[in-house]
Amino acid sequence: MLRKFFHIIIIFTAFTLITGVIYPVAVKILASAFFPYSSSGKIIVKDDKAVGSELIAQNFESNKYFHPRPSSTGYSAMPSGASNLAQSSIMLKKLFYGRRQSFCEENFINSTNNIPAEMLFASASGVDPDISPESAFMQADRVAKARNFNLSEKNKLMALINKMIEKPGMGFIGMPRVNVLLLNIELDKIK
Amino acid sequence: MEFLQLFVFLALLIILSPLLGHYIASVISGEIGLRFKTLGKIENAFYKFLKIDSEVEMDWKGYLFNLLMFNLAGFIFLLLIQLIQAYLPFNPQHLGNVELSLAINTAVSFVTNTNWQSYAGETTLSYFVQTVGLTVQNFLSAATGISVLFVLIRSLTRKNSSKLGNFWTDMTKTTFYILLPLSLIFALFLVSQGVVDTFRPYTEATTLEGARQVIPLGPAASQVAIKQLGTNGGGFFNANSAFPFENPTPLSNFFEMLAILLIPSSLVFTYGRLTGSKKGALAIFGVMLFLFIAGLTVSIISEYSTNPIFKMGGLMEGKETRFGVLNSVIWSTATTAASNGSVNAMQSSLSPFSALVSLFNMQVGEIIFGGVGCGLYGMVLFIFLTVFISGLMVGRTPEYLGKKIDAYEIKLTIIAIILPNMVILLFTAISLIVKSGLSGLSTSGPHGFTEALYAFSSAAGNNGSAFAGLGANTVFYNLLISLGMLIGRFGILIPVMAIAGNLVQKNITPPSKGTLRTDTPLFALLLTGIIIIVGALTFFPALSLGPLLEHLLMHKGILF
Repeated sequence: MLRKFFHIIIIFTAFTLITGVIYPVAVKILASAFFPYSSSGKIIVKDDKAVGSELIAQNFESNKYFHPRPSSTGYSAMPSGASNLAQSSIMLKKLFYGRRQSFCEENFINSTNNIPAEMLFASASGVDPDISPESAFMQADRVAKARNFNLSEKNKLMALINKMIEKPGMGFIGMPRVNVLLLNIELDKIK
Repeated sequence: MEFLQLFVFLALLIILSPLLGHYIASVISGEIGLRFKTLGKIENAFYKFLKIDSEVEMDWKGYLFNLLMFNLAGFIFLLLIQLIQAYLPFNPQHLGNVELSLAINTAVSFVTNTNWQSYAGETTLSYFVQTVGLTVQNFLSAATGISVLFVLIRSLTRKNSSKLGNFWTDMTKTTFYILLPLSLIFALFLVSQGVVDTFRPYTEATTLEGARQVIPLGPAASQVAIKQLGTNGGGFFNANSAFPFENPTPLSNFFEMLAILLIPSSLVFTYGRLTGSKKGALAIFGVMLFLFIAGLTVSIISEYSTNPIFKMGGLMEGKETRFGVLNSVIWSTATTAASNGSVNAMQSSLSPFSALVSLFNMQVGEIIFGGVGCGLYGMVLFIFLTVFISGLMVGRTPEYLGKKIDAYEIKLTIIAIILPNMVILLFTAISLIVKSGLSGLSTSGPHGFTEALYAFSSAAGNNGSAFAGLGANTVFYNLLISLGMLIGRFGILIPVMAIAGNLVQKNITPPSKGTLRTDTPLFALLLTGIIIIVGALTFFPALSLGPLLEHLLMHKGILF
């Protein structure tokens, strides 16, 4: 009996080595050989310093930048997470109407209708890097004004947003979107 | 246009399942090892090295004994490495040892293929525990489920015997020929999309506005691949497949969704091929697909309908921009139909009727595709029940694929169906009575009730998704949920093994005129009816107190 259990432990060890050591190490080696940038978190480096990751939203409060979606973790990924509020939650109702009002006020929008839903509700990860193209365009006036853009600069800004729209995968999978951090980095380059 | 992705998704599932199903059949019949000599040689060298006698077959007790001991070894190892995590290598963030009740919960959770998570990966577990502990159990719990399915198949195809196969060769073949190659390919695809896979410490960034941001990393792609394929579902990171490093693009999302259902649905075709009843398998596949699409339709309609509080449909709370509403709902239905349990949107923030669909999927016993292996053996139990009830109605001895279904099989079937249901209802009731249970609920009213109901439905179905508002990381919930997961796994697995042990001894009688055919649309209809009746009768009261009541109150403007 004891010998049998010992035998089972040996077999378990072998399976652990294969699925828990050899397999992950093989994936890691192939990943860093073929996809060095995307396997290490798409970290954006500027002047030898990490600015953030393409895939992780960061907080933008200044009017000079485009703002990401609301986050229930305060844009922290340690740990990531959501509000988990129910659709029948009083708290969610309060947050929703508050966010809608401030989004309209900040961006000089008269009608509270037609604000894209993702700007009014917190994301699932807390660090959703994207917003819809519509909400990027809705923020453009505010950003241009805060940066004192003249007409030609403003045109460049509009062209930039258009350029930054990522289409759905293969044309029909998922939603069109704009990555806020990448957009803001490009925005800083407009002169 | 938006719905095109749904049709492509379903079409791909229907096309790929028979192909992979036939491949799996050839793996387990040993054809692959013979056709590809080198692979066969490696496999045999593995047996020789580990002194496994691959020629010896086991009876059901011997097979079950090895299976349980192997699972026990996995549990003890995973528990230990969590408890001493701080002293082990590959812990760049210097995370401390895991608290005992949490470690027990996590170990049970991953060994039973549930992958319920009371912890947040990025702030709790080191790279060592994630790979050597969790990734391993992602593979082994999946392989265990598939192995038991093979035992059941053998019990139906052999006669007057007691031998049901060799546990070690089943595990080895499943891991080597099916799970490892698929995971390797899938992991590399995921990396190409942006899923991280590195052993580097977390990166500290200074944001454009000058704030400090910690970016968690880790060897995620290798684990995410098997987590999706093996109906495991435990996230490397807390937000699971909503976290961009686990599911970065619409394309990665599409294939992760497909991976949830792929193996469970392929196994139906494997079953048809090996039992020789291809039409019977088609009937099973039809029932699964019907129940899946029915649930999905309800969920989609509910999610897109105008919400009376927000005066709009398609709410984005707990959803990600790149997936949108539709992909979030397809995922929530798929992940609860198969006992995967990973999420790309938060279940708790879905509309009440979407939550109801998720609950129903889990409560009928995770048989709508279900977990790898266990989904189908759970479905076969429902077939036994259907054959039995129909047999009673026409007054003939029930039989299935030529095997007589007697009182012994039916008794065990009933035990396997009732045990998980008892866990769901009793444990929910206990949580709503005792103080330590109530204090975990984050909401009052029906949604709070659903939090507890969801937790135990998820545990008993070995699903692992959550209404994550529930404060589940307490000694009370960690231990009670652990018990629920154990009963949900072994309360079905052991009766199935015993049934197989009995069936394999029986003769196979050729079908006569009076035999109830199990490969007709009529039978599929009967089976669907039995599943819905068992599910509805058991859970309708609970579902009315939860999501149904929440929906009605919300439409009257009563919020909590």
